[in-house]
Amino acid sequence: MTNILNVNELVKTYTSGSKQLTVLDNITFSVKAGATFSIVGPSGSGKTTLLGLCAGLDDADKGSIELCGIDLKNLNEDERALLRNQKVGFIFQDFQLLPTLTALENVCVPLELQGSKNAIDVSTDLLKKVGLSERMNHYPSQLSGGEQQRVALARAFSNKPQLLFADEPTGNLDEETGEKVIQLLFELNQDAGTTLVIVTHDLDLAKRTKHILRLKGGKVLNNEITA
Amino acid sequence: MAWRDGKASGKRLLLFMSSIILGIAAVVSIQSFSKNLEQNIALQSKALMGADFLIDSNQLPTDKVQRIIDSLRPNGHEVTFASMAAFSKNRATKLVQVRGIEGDFPLYGVIETEPVDAAENYKRHNGALVDATLMLQFKLKPGDSIKIGALSFPIIGAVKAAPGSSAISTTIAPPVILPFKFIEDTGLLQTGSRVKYNYYFKAKVGFDVEALDKAIDPILDAENADFDSHSSVSERLGKRYQNFAKFLNLVAFIALLLGCVGIASSVHIYIKEKLKGIAVLKCIGATKKQTFLIYLIQIAGMGLLGGLIGTIAGLILQQIFPLLLQEFLPFSIAISISLQPVIMGLLLGVLMSVLFALLPLLETWYVSPLQVLRVQESSSTKSKRANVVVIFGIMTFVFGFAYWLLNNWKYALLFMLGILVTFAILAAIAQLFMKIINKYFPHQWSFTSRQSLRNLYRPNNQTMVLLLAIGVGSFLISTMYFSKDILLAKASLDASVKSPNIILLDIQTDQKESVVEAIEPKGISIIDNIPIVTMRMHSIKGRPVNDIRLDSTSTINQWVLNHEFRVTYRDSLVASETLASGKWETQNHEEGIIPISLSDNVARDAQVVVGDTLVFNVQGVTMMTKVGSIRTVDWGRMQVNFSIVFPKGVLENAPQFHVITTHVSDKQKSAELQQDLVNKFPNVSVIDLRQVLHLIQGILDKISWVINFMAFFSILTGIIVLIGSVRTSKYQRIKESVLLRTIGAQGVQILKITALEYLYLGVLGSGIGILLSLIASQLLAFFVFDTRFVPSWVPFGILLPSITLIVLGIGLANSRSILKSPPLQVLRKEVQPFR
Repeated sequence: MTNILNVNELVKTYTSGSKQLTVLDNITFSVKAGATFSIVGPSGSGKTTLLGLCAGLDDADKGSIELCGIDLKNLNEDERALLRNQKVGFIFQDFQLLPTLTALENVCVPLELQGSKNAIDVSTDLLKKVGLSERMNHYPSQLSGGEQQRVALARAFSNKPQLLFADEPTGNLDEETGEKVIQLLFELNQDAGTTLVIVTHDLDLAKRTKHILRLKGGKVLNNEITA
Repeated sequence: MAWRDGKASGKRLLLFMSSIILGIAAVVSIQSFSKNLEQNIALQSKALMGADFLIDSNQLPTDKVQRIIDSLRPNGHEVTFASMAAFSKNRATKLVQVRGIEGDFPLYGVIETEPVDAAENYKRHNGALVDATLMLQFKLKPGDSIKIGALSFPIIGAVKAAPGSSAISTTIAPPVILPFKFIEDTGLLQTGSRVKYNYYFKAKVGFDVEALDKAIDPILDAENADFDSHSSVSERLGKRYQNFAKFLNLVAFIALLLGCVGIASSVHIYIKEKLKGIAVLKCIGATKKQTFLIYLIQIAGMGLLGGLIGTIAGLILQQIFPLLLQEFLPFSIAISISLQPVIMGLLLGVLMSVLFALLPLLETWYVSPLQVLRVQESSSTKSKRANVVVIFGIMTFVFGFAYWLLNNWKYALLFMLGILVTFAILAAIAQLFMKIINKYFPHQWSFTSRQSLRNLYRPNNQTMVLLLAIGVGSFLISTMYFSKDILLAKASLDASVKSPNIILLDIQTDQKESVVEAIEPKGISIIDNIPIVTMRMHSIKGRPVNDIRLDSTSTINQWVLNHEFRVTYRDSLVASETLASGKWETQNHEEGIIPISLSDNVARDAQVVVGDTLVFNVQGVTMMTKVGSIRTVDWGRMQVNFSIVFPKGVLENAPQFHVITTHVSDKQKSAELQQDLVNKFPNVSVIDLRQVLHLIQGILDKISWVINFMAFFSILTGIIVLIGSVRTSKYQRIKESVLLRTIGAQGVQILKITALEYLYLGVLGSGIGILLSLIASQLLAFFVFDTRFVPSWVPFGILLPSITLIVLGIGLANSRSILKSPPLQVLRKEVQPFR
């Protein structure tokens, strides 16, 4: 199986006043297409920064990232956005839905950005799959946390991504709702054959993925296969 | 605590403050300039009149008046009248105001001329001083000649300013000053000539002019003459300018109110973000009063600083006003700083910002410490009652300020209600638009177009405030344009050949035939040949006017008693007249009492109704009449109108003169006709209504420019409110933008969403403002001016796109950092709202 994500000797440093803070130090790993992968570590270990760099949301200072066979260094901001729009999905801890759009409209956004004509049909199907067929025309403020995360899930899968990044997907949910969302995430992942990269500090969740990358102080502690 | 908390939000508070700076600057500058105007008019009152006092009359002084004049020993006198002037250099003609001056006039001030010594030399050289603008217009130079009546004069110099000539009146009939000794020989003092005789006096030190006024004015009134002191003239002049300044002040005040609405809205969001902090403070023991005071002190401090900066800006701006208004001011203005406007600016800053911020500030009073644990929306009865009190306070303040400016509680109330209604209608229309957009949302539009429209509804949006700000500014400016359109429509000429566009005045009876013979062979037909007889009222309902004058309890308007009426006789009504009451008499049937027709304003001022008797003094002969009918006359129509009309068969043999009207198709023919008539009949004045209309348009343009200048403050304030709003919602925008970027939106798509959002705001705001202004102007035209007008394209063609572009520019300029925000922020919780 080919690698969908290759990260090689990645370094990211932030400057705060006169001080330099190395958030990620010489990180190397790869993710195979269709695999499930988690990045774990304590707060401040650099998990979220790593996820962001992998998705091309920021530039690394050193090293390289190859996403879906394309070196991100060779792409400008818009080309990276296009790559994300066509091949990547996202789920965030705090759902990140557009407050002015209904659930259905939120799910449509990635497809509409592509100029797709069947955005509504695809989005309606996805919302049915996540059990929100009755809540399609509700605004985020009218939905519970669990419902909002399910809308985010539907949105993440709407463009049929090859790779899905999830940042603490259950961080803002209670245990029961979180479990439902995770089940749904894995189901959709299996159905669509999407590669899943999850950032979490929940070790139980991490153990449900095939690979776990442990970070501490911006360095890789270990890179293990769980099963 | 207020300082510590305010320091952290310093930039934001500064932005709130800037909303009121422009409004304060506008109010202070106008107020300060008004004070200067008042002081300057008082200081220059003698130079404006050219004397301490004068006696004037529209006829040669009667023996009694002459005796009074002689006893007071005048230092100078003049005779002034309108006449045609001809310029042999270019064969042009122009209606001018001839001033024949004798003696030392002006006794104060100077006639400003170019060359400077021309004012002293023109009498010695038997020449004329001609209005500087007129000389420029007709390319005249000193040494060229000007023909007035039967005489030609060499032009000695150009008059730049002269006591007794106001800026506006010189636009219509520019002054030409001649030595008095030639006036008789011009042959222009004939029956019906509208001549005014002025006698100028210099008072000795300590002489009581007011006492003299009281003593001789009633006698002069009875003899159709008048007494004017320099102070009464300056008072009248001052009132005229003060009224204009008051109007501009109200326009400036609207800009301030708009800024305050911006403050209220920004403070609302500011406080909303602070509610959690306030709840925490209350949890750890802060009292309601303490938390309320923290923010009240911040807002008051901001208001004081805004007032201070606004006042300083206003005092700088004040220097510009003499330049703006120079066309209307017959004197120079020395600028000085008065204390009153400065205090007013500071007080306005604090009071207005606190008053308008009170509504959102009250939220801090009622916030529950429980909010630390959970967010709850509460609107208790107590807070509603407090809101009502605050709104009442705001309205009282607006009324109070308007009353202070206008000194008339009715107008102040109307102003307050007008503001309330305009804001309410604008807000209602804006809301309606938003609801319509929501209901009939264009789902078929592209994602970017729809998303930008959706953004108008984002949480904490300030769409309503922005629409109000842009709408009020556009409303004000377009109303200026439409009002000008109404006035021009009212004064416009009917293009049909049956409607006169040339009026020939002062035609003597023996000239009537010859004038007609001079016109008709040119293929120009006579439309009207109107006879005019001058007369005065002798008695009203049996009471002699002299008795009425002396009766201090009489409420009959004085002008009716003193006025020399120009009366015509005919057998039918004309287009500008409608019969209001009584019966129109075509012919005089009975012997003795003559049935006449009065215009409604004369009937009202003379307090007579149909059937009442009036006795007229027709050049020495008394005539008994009764009011047969009362007419409504459209005085705005550009034609010859009369307040008193006699039936045929009465005045045919009275001494009279004539007015002839005709229609000339083009400018060239009009000029030729005027040259010919001025050559053959020097005493006849020709008024080309097209030229008059052109002049009116010029004056309206100048006035509207000044008003637009003030209205522009509203637009500028709107822009500041807009910047404030954009900055306030920046956090939300950054969140949305980076989220879209994360899920794959490209830079151009985000730019398009942002640009379209501002485009909608600009088009909606200015569109609503202009539309409302068009509706208001049409109603005004229909109900008040009784006319129809074709609205100017300027508000739609220039104002709407300009305002929209400004809104777009401001929006995009403030969104640059949003567009540049790295998408990684979407994963971070530490993105902070704008501080």
